[in-house]
Amino acid sequence: MSIFGEVPQAPPVAVFKLSADFREDSHPQKVNLGVGAYRTDECLPWVLPVVKKVEKLIVEDSSLNHEYLPILGLPEFRSASSKVALGDDCAAIKDNRVGGVQALGGTGALRIGAEFLRRWYNGVNNTATPVYVSAPTWENHNSVFADAGFKDIRPYHYWDAANRGLDLAGLLDDLEKAPEHSIFVLHACAHNPTGTDPTQEEWKKIAEIMKRRNLFVFFDSAYQGFASGSLDKDAWAIRYFVSEGFELFVAQSFSKNFGLYNERVGNLTIVAQDGENLTRILSQMEKIVRTTWSNPPSQGARIVSKTLNCPELFAEWKGNVKTMADRVLLMRDQLKAKLQALNTPGTWEHITQQIGMFSFTGLNPKQVEFMIKERHVFLMASGRINMCGLTSSNIDYVAQSIHDAVTKVQ
Amino acid sequence: MALLKSNKVIYCLGNISPSLGVLSTRNSSWWGGLQMGPPDPILGVSEAFKKDSNPKKMNLGVGAYRDDQGKPFVLSCVRKAEVIISSKQMDKEYLGIGGLGEFTKSCAQLAFGNDAEVLKSGRHITVQTISGTGSLRIGGNFLSRFHGGPRDVYLPKPSWGNHTPIFKDAGMQLKGYRYYDPSTCGFDFTGALDDISKIPEQSVIMLHACAHNPTGVDPRPEQWKEISDIVKKRNLLVFFDMAYQGFASGDIDRDAWAVRYFVEQGHNILLSQSFAKNMGLYGERVGGFTVVCKDAEEAKRVESQLKILIRPIYSNPPMNGARIAATILNTPDLYTVWLGEVKEMAERIIRMREELTAGLKKEGSSKNWQHVIDQIGMFCFTGLKPEQVERLTKEFSVYMTKDGRISMAGVTSGNVGYLAQGIHAVTK
Repeated sequence: MSIFGEVPQAPPVAVFKLSADFREDSHPQKVNLGVGAYRTDECLPWVLPVVKKVEKLIVEDSSLNHEYLPILGLPEFRSASSKVALGDDCAAIKDNRVGGVQALGGTGALRIGAEFLRRWYNGVNNTATPVYVSAPTWENHNSVFADAGFKDIRPYHYWDAANRGLDLAGLLDDLEKAPEHSIFVLHACAHNPTGTDPTQEEWKKIAEIMKRRNLFVFFDSAYQGFASGSLDKDAWAIRYFVSEGFELFVAQSFSKNFGLYNERVGNLTIVAQDGENLTRILSQMEKIVRTTWSNPPSQGARIVSKTLNCPELFAEWKGNVKTMADRVLLMRDQLKAKLQALNTPGTWEHITQQIGMFSFTGLNPKQVEFMIKERHVFLMASGRINMCGLTSSNIDYVAQSIHDAVTKVQ
Repeated sequence: MALLKSNKVIYCLGNISPSLGVLSTRNSSWWGGLQMGPPDPILGVSEAFKKDSNPKKMNLGVGAYRDDQGKPFVLSCVRKAEVIISSKQMDKEYLGIGGLGEFTKSCAQLAFGNDAEVLKSGRHITVQTISGTGSLRIGGNFLSRFHGGPRDVYLPKPSWGNHTPIFKDAGMQLKGYRYYDPSTCGFDFTGALDDISKIPEQSVIMLHACAHNPTGVDPRPEQWKEISDIVKKRNLLVFFDMAYQGFASGDIDRDAWAVRYFVEQGHNILLSQSFAKNMGLYGERVGGFTVVCKDAEEAKRVESQLKILIRPIYSNPPMNGARIAATILNTPDLYTVWLGEVKEMAERIIRMREELTAGLKKEGSSKNWQHVIDQIGMFCFTGLKPEQVERLTKEFSVYMTKDGRISMAGVTSGNVGYLAQGIHAVTK
């Protein structure tokens, strides 16, 4: 009689199942528009040239060893990461009230932040504090906060399917009606999965209500630089909120903008009211990290730290990031143009209005099924496509497939 | 609670004077009532050590190996592996949630032996984890969610300090069984058997596979056999923590003997492995978590649930360290070099134990220090009391944990005499 005899089979994580199905498909024209990783125009993974350069430096540096990092991570990495998000001239950094916790990717940063909030925010161990995530959102947001112990995770209006844009009125209404001290997970830029971001004016409205109603700001920043090609532009919302005096968290990921997916490089930036608060916060963060992974992995943090802290490498990195962002923007332009040339029913402006890696095509589940089964174009059931999966070789086939799906399947 | 109240008061004031209200609420922090967390008992020692300016200071706190010059040791098999990996110019795509396949396969082989039935039958699942800590935490989370038995995890008394908070944060409760006998500085075998015989059925029992942390006291094979019997009788779920395979005796098979014996005896164990010490890959965070199941079908179900647990913590594990470990384990030449280097590390530690004991005798200590030699692995439970530890730190700048544990890895031929002096001074 096994102790685990009753353990049920869990469903696979959807996005990874999609990739697995893609791998098994033998159709010569198959296209993977699923998981969010950058691809070159040859549809290959791209290790950034600056990363190759820095890795070589690391391997050749015999003075480096593999000793434990401090619990909160590599100090030079943490400070440089927070600076990238908040800007060189950030007053909060100058006031010594900004700290960082090196974490395993954006996921790790979200989880550490969530664990901290569950223990210490809005009372002690208050699992009833509502956590709001956008409708839709990256599906792992729900699990991160649920597993951190929060019992009340709610959607806030975000995607307007009818107009294929932001449901601002719904969003603002949710902010007004949310219980005080509720936690809101905001996508800093390049919203996943919709690619639809608030404008600066819309962000200001959001901030005004959040301040007035004492709502907690938790930014998820996984695409800084990747969205527009400009680090500063993509960080505008974060920096605005900080300048408005919010105490907030930012979960940063360097998976996409450094292409360091499998090295798990992230940082939880904490903006506190003052240095004294920050010190106490970081001491409690250490406790949480210690029982989760003790201390974070060093390789990825070293690469990012070296790059961010050296002006030449930093400039080279920004160029690499722009290369990726520009290719995505080109694919957006071309996909829209091709759909318009085919006279595909519906409007396709959202393809170029949306930003970042993903586009919410608006395809419904039946149409998605058609795309996968009949055309071997793999995308998420939500209609989300990864623009990076498009190349000059496959874009005509994809456009035609979307056209067929829209015209043949309702 | 107090913070919320004060916010309400300020907001009322704000109704009288709007600008005052908004400013004041902004001026009060979310975190005003948050207490300072106490420093980590183990890692906190290193922090204190760094601040000390005494040139003779010794860091015998955290268990990281040092060579005879007191320097961190990067194994040559690791450097060689890194060069090979670098030349392959691989991509950086996400690993699967369960980690690098070549790593998890060889990780299990190392623990169970290449020809183990449990591997051939596929009735186990091994996932890559964030070193030993990450492995234990995943295990704790898995137990918390799926174990139908009591919530209690029984730890040996004493155990690694981080075991308790890890299992607590995972949602389990902690109890203990007798293990260390302070009167002999050895194993309390009868006490252990007595306590284990009373543990409620289906409870979880944690066993240190070898080189017990913090005491360095391991059961002998005949004693392991009796422990296995009684654990089987009580129908307990065994969770092995193996952080020092190879590091204890210098022989990886010898150090895995207890784990392999238990599996052969039919215990479907949980196992945490770390490559921090035996490959010197501390900061790369390389580890594995294994569940031995009834059959391959059960292993698949367990695997699917482990992935559901892992995804909301860190999505998928880091590549670098696992790639290095896999390269070493799967390249015969490097594997041979590795075995030699692990042996070298273990033997240096054994030599330091002998020199410390000899040094104490030379200082004129009348106490029995045999346990320094009898204990095994990185740590030595000196038997020093907290007041004596405090004196050793304050007067001699020798840093160690309050429980009297010293990391032998921090002892060198250059400082062992000084250490003997200090220990003798506070114990005479």
